[in-house]
Amino acid sequence: MIQRSLTLFGGLFVLILLVGWVMGLPFTSSRLVEAAAYALIALGLNIQWGYGGLFNFGIMGFLMVGGAAVTFISAPVNPVFWGSDGPALLGRALLAFAGGALLVYGARKADRIGITGKWKTVLTVIAWFGAYVLYRSQLDPAAAYIESSAGGGWIGGLGGHPVLGWAFGGLLAAGIAFIVGKICLGLRTDYLAIATIGISEILRALIKNMDWLTRGTLTVSPIPWPTPLPQDLAGGGMDNLSALVAARAGFLVLALVVLGGVLWLIARAYAGPWGRMMRSIRDNHIAASSMGKNVTSRQLEIFVFGSVLMGIGGAMLVSFVQIFDPSSYQPINHTFLIWVMVIVGGAGNNWGALFGAVLIWLIWVISEPLSKAVFDLVSMWSTNFGWGAIPEIEARSAQMRVFVLGLVITIALRFAPRGLIPEVVKREG
Amino acid sequence: MTELVFFTNQVIISGLVLGCIYALGAVGITLIFGILRFAHFAHSELMTGGAFIAFLLASAFAAWGIVTPVPTGFVVLPIAMVLAAILALGIDKGFYAPLRKRGAKPVTLLIASIGVTLMVQGLIRLFFGAGSYSFFQNEPKDVFRIDLSAIGSTRPLVITEPQVFMIVVTFVSVLALHLFLTRSRLGKAMRAMADNADLAQVSGINTALVVRVTWIVAGALACMAGTMLALDVTLKPDLAFNIIIPIFAAAIVGGLGQAYGAIAGGLLIGFAESLAVFNWTMVLRPLNAVLPEWMQLPATLALVPTEYKLTVAFVILVVVLLVRPTGIFKGASS
Repeated sequence: MIQRSLTLFGGLFVLILLVGWVMGLPFTSSRLVEAAAYALIALGLNIQWGYGGLFNFGIMGFLMVGGAAVTFISAPVNPVFWGSDGPALLGRALLAFAGGALLVYGARKADRIGITGKWKTVLTVIAWFGAYVLYRSQLDPAAAYIESSAGGGWIGGLGGHPVLGWAFGGLLAAGIAFIVGKICLGLRTDYLAIATIGISEILRALIKNMDWLTRGTLTVSPIPWPTPLPQDLAGGGMDNLSALVAARAGFLVLALVVLGGVLWLIARAYAGPWGRMMRSIRDNHIAASSMGKNVTSRQLEIFVFGSVLMGIGGAMLVSFVQIFDPSSYQPINHTFLIWVMVIVGGAGNNWGALFGAVLIWLIWVISEPLSKAVFDLVSMWSTNFGWGAIPEIEARSAQMRVFVLGLVITIALRFAPRGLIPEVVKREG
Repeated sequence: MTELVFFTNQVIISGLVLGCIYALGAVGITLIFGILRFAHFAHSELMTGGAFIAFLLASAFAAWGIVTPVPTGFVVLPIAMVLAAILALGIDKGFYAPLRKRGAKPVTLLIASIGVTLMVQGLIRLFFGAGSYSFFQNEPKDVFRIDLSAIGSTRPLVITEPQVFMIVVTFVSVLALHLFLTRSRLGKAMRAMADNADLAQVSGINTALVVRVTWIVAGALACMAGTMLALDVTLKPDLAFNIIIPIFAAAIVGGLGQAYGAIAGGLLIGFAESLAVFNWTMVLRPLNAVLPEWMQLPATLALVPTEYKLTVAFVILVVVLLVRPTGIFKGASS
């Protein structure tokens, strides 16, 4: 087992060197930073699916939440907004929200004053509707004002340190995961998968369209780095290429420190009683609950923990590319890709998830140039045969990534259903 | 009366059209869930793939110079449905059957169906690019404007030719499906297997045949839904990928495994979406004359802004899962 893992990681290292040799150092260094962030996200899914057996198809939503959080914390302060009537209007919207929440809470407690059964349901529905109308009546004018030039376009950031933003991304993702988990975790597999997809689509629609909060499709950039930027290093007397590589190496080191810390923590948790309990819930939740484990709240716990890692990873990705563009998030790139990473790597094994994340990310990024090369070659032949060249090679090879991803997952499910580095099942006693 | 006609145009017709497409997609998903017990995500690709097959056939018809009185898309639909059914059978044979034989869990099949989604999506984009196509490049898209000034409306009732055909075809196929499920031996076998697969097998039902028939019906209906959606809007590679979650919502709202529930759920979601973004000011404007100054209606008074149209289905889905997880008609649970 150990030997197999070492061989696979050795092979991965050779692959990285090969990519570095063919594609050049700038390309490879930035892909490696992204791979580290994706590894963090894959570990998050590995906690949820590998440890806890929870189906989360809403990863994209958590990545977006992390990205929006780091944008909010680390983007520069927008003085126009803070000097305008915007904060006061937003405060009123917040009050309306609190009032609406109170209304719904009151309706849910209506049985205390003798309203029960069907009447309580009617009252709750009316309260929800009233709360919604109240909130919209205050928020809509506030949003319209802030989005106008008088309000500064959007609320801007807080100008904080990006690492603080990562932590806030994790925190915000945890909060949302708590709500989502409360709603959905009673559902079993297929229902849970569809419900989480639905919720991530709701989150995407909100983040994309709340221009006053996230700037929506107008995108926010540049978002600062936690480590020195290439421009800063180049100012200090380095030439451009080495400044670029050194700056990315700095970011990579920071990302690896976070990744290493997380890996250490969850490996300890996995080996401890908590991990054993989680596996017992995953394998047989009825038996686990008969042993006195509170299955629902444990599952909620693990769902929140996994989502924190997704939030941090999503924040890291946005920090690194320096732009937050809500319309660039797609279920294929941000949910299914992570699933392929965990399934191919080996669900339930942290090293497997790590390996899968780096491998699949490399396959995902090199399948485009690779298929372009193949198409170029075929096109050359077909031209020589007099059949004419393949049209639109650039656009077509960009689409090959999706096909390759689908191929990899179906092959993996068929021939290595437990992943390349499968979970180690210890038999004690 | 103008307001009523406007309401009909904006809510009833568009809701019905959307609902028909959701219903046809959801029936396939619900049948597959009932028989094979997994959520078939690649259904969206069966829809898109079917639409592209129909598009190729329609283009071939146009190239051979065959002119038909009705839109070519509907003429080639039966052939496209046969081809899509073969495609569905092939996908099952190639990807799902080996996993089932190994005794894989439904979850594994669900992930496999996502793999199939990605592969088919990639192939379609490889061959057709990311652009959009129209079935009406070589023929006009007839729009019927029914003048209703006789009943005092200044606006005509607007409906396009494909929409009329779509509604008729959907009702005919739903009726055919109903007769198939209730009258034919095979349809009864399907319902028996959906209720209890083991019991169906021991009472002598050929389950392998039932599985094949399920894929044929689901593939054909998916092709029909995809083609009709492409006829109503435009054909593009992510045609059905974007609406697969509303379709799942329709299937779940109706109760997974319940064919009639899926049809009801599809229509419900379709109407809810068009009703939620409907601008009520257009209908209530006459009230402005009687309302006092401070209560005048704003220019737009919709329940949700248009950009959130798709989220309506998700909200309904989440609410239904919370309040009645088995759907309106009691569905199967995995």
